[in-house]
Amino acid sequence: MKNLIKQSGSGLSRRKFLGYAAGISAMSALPARYSHAAKDLNVLVWCDHADELLLKPFEEAHGVKVNVKSYEGTGTALSILEQSAPGDWDVLVVDAPDTRVFADQGMLEPLDDSSLPLGDLFKPLTSAAFNYIDGVRYAVPEKFGYYGVAYNKEKVDEADMRSAQVMWNDKYKGRVAVYDYYFPAMQLIAISMGVAPENISMDDLPTIREKLLAMKPNVKLVGDVVGVQNALVNGDVDIVLNGAEFTVSNLMPSIPALDWAIFDEGGLMWIQGISVFKDSNNKDLAVDFLNHILSPQGQGTLATSECYWAMPASSQAVLNDDQRKILRWDEQAAFMERSVPSTISDPDIDAAMLDIWTEFLQS
Amino acid sequence: MPDIRGRNNNQKGLEFTRWATQPALIFTLIFFAGPLAVMVVVSFWQRVYGKLVATWSGANYSKFFGTDYLLESLTNSIEVTLVTTIISILLAYPLAYILAYRISPKWQKVILIFAVLPFWTAYVVRSYSWLLVISENGIINYVLTGLGIIDQPLQMAYTRGATILGFVHFFTMLLTLTIYANLVQIKPSYQKAAEDLGASKLQVFFRITLPLSIPGVAVGAFITFVIAIGDYITPQILGGSTEVLVPQAIMLQVSRAANFPMASVMSITLMLVIVIVYAMTSKHLKMDRV
Repeated sequence: MKNLIKQSGSGLSRRKFLGYAAGISAMSALPARYSHAAKDLNVLVWCDHADELLLKPFEEAHGVKVNVKSYEGTGTALSILEQSAPGDWDVLVVDAPDTRVFADQGMLEPLDDSSLPLGDLFKPLTSAAFNYIDGVRYAVPEKFGYYGVAYNKEKVDEADMRSAQVMWNDKYKGRVAVYDYYFPAMQLIAISMGVAPENISMDDLPTIREKLLAMKPNVKLVGDVVGVQNALVNGDVDIVLNGAEFTVSNLMPSIPALDWAIFDEGGLMWIQGISVFKDSNNKDLAVDFLNHILSPQGQGTLATSECYWAMPASSQAVLNDDQRKILRWDEQAAFMERSVPSTISDPDIDAAMLDIWTEFLQS
Repeated sequence: MPDIRGRNNNQKGLEFTRWATQPALIFTLIFFAGPLAVMVVVSFWQRVYGKLVATWSGANYSKFFGTDYLLESLTNSIEVTLVTTIISILLAYPLAYILAYRISPKWQKVILIFAVLPFWTAYVVRSYSWLLVISENGIINYVLTGLGIIDQPLQMAYTRGATILGFVHFFTMLLTLTIYANLVQIKPSYQKAAEDLGASKLQVFFRITLPLSIPGVAVGAFITFVIAIGDYITPQILGGSTEVLVPQAIMLQVSRAANFPMASVMSITLMLVIVIVYAMTSKHLKMDRV
């Protein structure tokens, strides 16, 4: 730098130098897309895709760099995409029910079934509802879990945890945290009422609202995953409603008193799907990434990521016995049989539920 | 004969001032006025199934001001912020006073470093640290139950009180700095003159020191109000979402429904509250005194 300035008298004037410096600064401030190498893969995903253990084998095998942007909440993903240029992103991971939101806006690339290892998926995950929108595949299920209950088994009666009535059980007054996601919470209430979540109508909402508000005396806090985990570990609460394996599994190896379950009345499944963006400039590489994620090794690593654990979509996932026990692998057949996906297809019901949830928080 | 040279100098000074303020003006236009205008426009739009629809509808305003639990988020925010500001002033003023008048200059520097220590910790970390202190199995309950003062742990975490505690911890130190900076600017001769004229210590404080230190209190209080009313992290972590404040209501609309029009209405309302508070306190806001 010093030498450059010294040369200013002979050719590089101070003004030119400042101009070059400003230019270099401006280049370094350009959006990431302009500075990426041609073989970078930009993935907009949940935090469980950020583990080096998951990404490194793919990066080494393909000689590429995977740039991870993790987000929380479909609304956040939409706002990121609204501020991005076409081609900025290659891969998307989103709550499977929300795939339609992105597909309807023409953001997703139709996927060819023959290019993906679909044969290893757990059978319930292969149904058309989880895989196709109007007959076209835009996403593949890659991981799933449940909305149910997580708890400290030293503080509660485990038998109580298998019933949806625990939501209103006086024994646990002030001992409950609720995972802050409005529509599964209200779908669990629907299950307790004997209403199938997929059949919730506007007519059911007043009763659901009433039962949700009736839960409040038991509720000490409503929070995100870290918030409810913290409360459970600190002993501020004994139960996390609307949570399950994704809330406590990664803590269970060090805190064996924690556990999770789904209700006997019925379970509510969440499924995350992985997609390729229509405007991606690396579609083949993106499909390779999907295959890596769906491989037995990739599935095992994804299922036990540092951010949160949950069931792999593939029955061939590489997991050890302890990990399978924590994920209640042996009970999966029964869990899946009595569970339905947590989907919501009517935007009016969705909006009404968010309003009810805000009222619940405020009550 | 008119002083032409002086006028030329003044004109040059004015031209320089005009030129020098251009970058700040452009910056403000691009990064404040522009986005604010966009936010105002978007507040009249609608979010329909994942898409923003450009309309000119007051429906979002009607919904926010016509729905009890949404409007309650505004009253909650104002209540929490006012209580925080008042408690912080009551704690900060004596601290700043002692620091300015009862501590030697050598120790003042050391204490000022301690005063800014809370600013060195990340906001999220600080909030979670408070949870460790006030939770059911936290330090306070551990000591109180250990000493036999209480039988059952006190419920401190995940309450409005916890949110205010987190705020007060931070803003007391901020206010201490602004009030201290003001107090040390008050000429000791004013207080001495009052004493010479027979004023008691209390009279000197209430008739000289306190009125002259109001700008420091006002600036600190205004900054406290502005930051606290827009804070999302503290009520989310320490309050446990047992009640909703406006920033949390905004986040619910943005992160869950991407409903930027409704979030814009809430943000504009929050800004209007701040403008009103500014109008009420502006005559005391003298930045050169802090």
